[in-house]
Amino acid sequence: MTVYAVQVTNLRRQFGDFVAVNNVSFEVEKGEIFGFLGPNGAGKSTTIRMLCGLLLPSGGQGEVVGYDLMKESESIKTKIGYMSQKFSLYQTLTVEENLDFYAGIYLMNRDVHAQKKDEFFTQTELGKVRGRLVADLPVGARQLLALLCAIQHDPEMIFLDEPTAGVDPLARRYFWEQINHLSERNVTVFVTTHYLDEAEECDRIAMIFNGKLAAIGEPDVLKRTRFPGRVYSVQTDHPWDTADQLRTATGVADVTLFGSELHATLKPNVEVAAVLQSLPNHLRSTVTATELVPTLEDLFIALTREELQ
Amino acid sequence: MSFYRIWAIARKEFIQILRDVRSLIMAFLFPIVLIFLFSYAITLDIKQIPTAIIDYSNTDYSRELIRRFTNSQYFVEKNRPTSEKELQSLIDYGKVKVGIVISPDFADGLNRGGASIQTITDGSDANTSQSTLAYTSLIVSEYNLSRLQNSLGARMATTPIQANVRFWYNPDLNSQNFLVPGLISLIMTILGSLLASLTIAREWERGTMELLISTPLKPVELALGKLLPYYLIGMVDLLLAAYIGIVVFGVPFTGNLWTLALFSTFFLMAALSIGYLISVTLKSQQAAFQISLLTSFLPGFLLSGFLFPISSMPFVIQAVSLIVPGRYFISALRGLFLKGSTLQQLLPEALALLLFGSVFALLAIIKFRKKIQ
Repeated sequence: MTVYAVQVTNLRRQFGDFVAVNNVSFEVEKGEIFGFLGPNGAGKSTTIRMLCGLLLPSGGQGEVVGYDLMKESESIKTKIGYMSQKFSLYQTLTVEENLDFYAGIYLMNRDVHAQKKDEFFTQTELGKVRGRLVADLPVGARQLLALLCAIQHDPEMIFLDEPTAGVDPLARRYFWEQINHLSERNVTVFVTTHYLDEAEECDRIAMIFNGKLAAIGEPDVLKRTRFPGRVYSVQTDHPWDTADQLRTATGVADVTLFGSELHATLKPNVEVAAVLQSLPNHLRSTVTATELVPTLEDLFIALTREELQ
Repeated sequence: MSFYRIWAIARKEFIQILRDVRSLIMAFLFPIVLIFLFSYAITLDIKQIPTAIIDYSNTDYSRELIRRFTNSQYFVEKNRPTSEKELQSLIDYGKVKVGIVISPDFADGLNRGGASIQTITDGSDANTSQSTLAYTSLIVSEYNLSRLQNSLGARMATTPIQANVRFWYNPDLNSQNFLVPGLISLIMTILGSLLASLTIAREWERGTMELLISTPLKPVELALGKLLPYYLIGMVDLLLAAYIGIVVFGVPFTGNLWTLALFSTFFLMAALSIGYLISVTLKSQQAAFQISLLTSFLPGFLLSGFLFPISSMPFVIQAVSLIVPGRYFISALRGLFLKGSTLQQLLPEALALLLFGSVFALLAIIKFRKKIQ
């Protein structure tokens, strides 16, 4: 028994001359929540589609839920659930008809499915709109329905492609409760997202830029190890002037203003004392700096910059 | 293969058809409209032709002849112009289709044995002109015969040869009897090829296919589930069309109802498979619709023998018509409705349809890929 739900080496996909996914290798452990991050067009959806057996890779090899990606994609499909980025349920069917349809496709037991539906309809707002056409639902309810359609047949692994795009914060909470709940039951979750607070909830994350994997690991470890420099919170009486000065100072990668406080990201191997020394006297006298743990957002921006250079 | 999956797909598809006004119109209203339109408006036998008559002779003889024309069901006297110029204008303006001119010396000619009348028809309407020619000859020779009988006595005046033409299977040459079976084929072609050509393309266009192909659904299950509702609708349309044909238009049905159902099943299999193959190949509803119009509906209309007899087509076109499934279905339908044909007599048609169905179904299932290209 392999401990990995996903294991790919040099996974590649080209569309003509364009390389959407460029020799990506990684593993996803069974039962973990694996976050897949990256800017638009970085290759997130292409990767997910290859892992789900919807898109044939141009090169590389791998296994998903124990089946070969190249030869056994139909077997993979029996063990997974998928929520695509573009809404893909039937708009002229009601909420309940969509659930029934996919229950039929996955050959769910009738009683089990009836029980599942009861559970969904009592726990979520969908209970009030079970007979309504999906076309008439707000975005949040549609996304929730898509999630339920993907998980109702108890798959071993689910792939969620930006599940919470356009969903309000309260509904997002429910989403992540469901995702955590699945993970507790040892279901592997592969999720792409734009929200970095959501990425913090993942056991491990991977960041992909221009089809290439830039970082992979636990969020807290990545923040410490993959972040190129250090981040300091700088308190000062003259935030504007200090920010201007720091931006031009050598050894400073980035400065952001937060009210009266500055966040300064230093370049690798630069000491904060040396940077503060370079400030003019009248600014230097009111400045105090404390080190911060970089957020995933800091990391994401730093890695995006690195990629652009 | 799982029947639960096929059922899930079929049920979903059925709900979607019932909620889509366009599909409903195509499936149920269109066939009915088509039957009434073709049966009432397009009648191939020509009756009540508007006619103008100039009687320069104005004698008992000429009036007797005119009576024979107007008492037939073929000609209706619309006008009595006084000159040929006036007649021409009537024809030019389309007021009448036929002009009959009886010359001043008609009565004299009759007595001398050399009378003639002039019949002018609007040749731009070739069908009507053809019929006018035939009807005029008929009426004139009946008139001749009755004159002979009057002068010589009935015993003496007989024609040497009497051609006894019998119209078997359609004794009244009723064109509805000929059209309704063909219409059934046309309706099923529309339903099968046009509607089926949209089903897969629609899923790709609306993005619902992406989720569908992420499931363990098998291509053959998808095909059967998708086409089952259209098959059932096709059979309902068959009953509807046959009922209207038989009850409203008095078309006889002399064959076996089960044989009719069997042939319709075979033909629908062929039509649906062709539509499905188009749908699987094109992924766009607009393109699929146009291609199926071109490859199914037009040949089904023009090359199937629906209106135009295949035997009078040029050789090349006849060869092309061999790959039009409608040709075999129409031939079987006419046999079943009018001739009381048995399955045994229609075996070649049955085998041809079965062959079409299997080949296209197989192609469509092979062609469908559960992948995004």
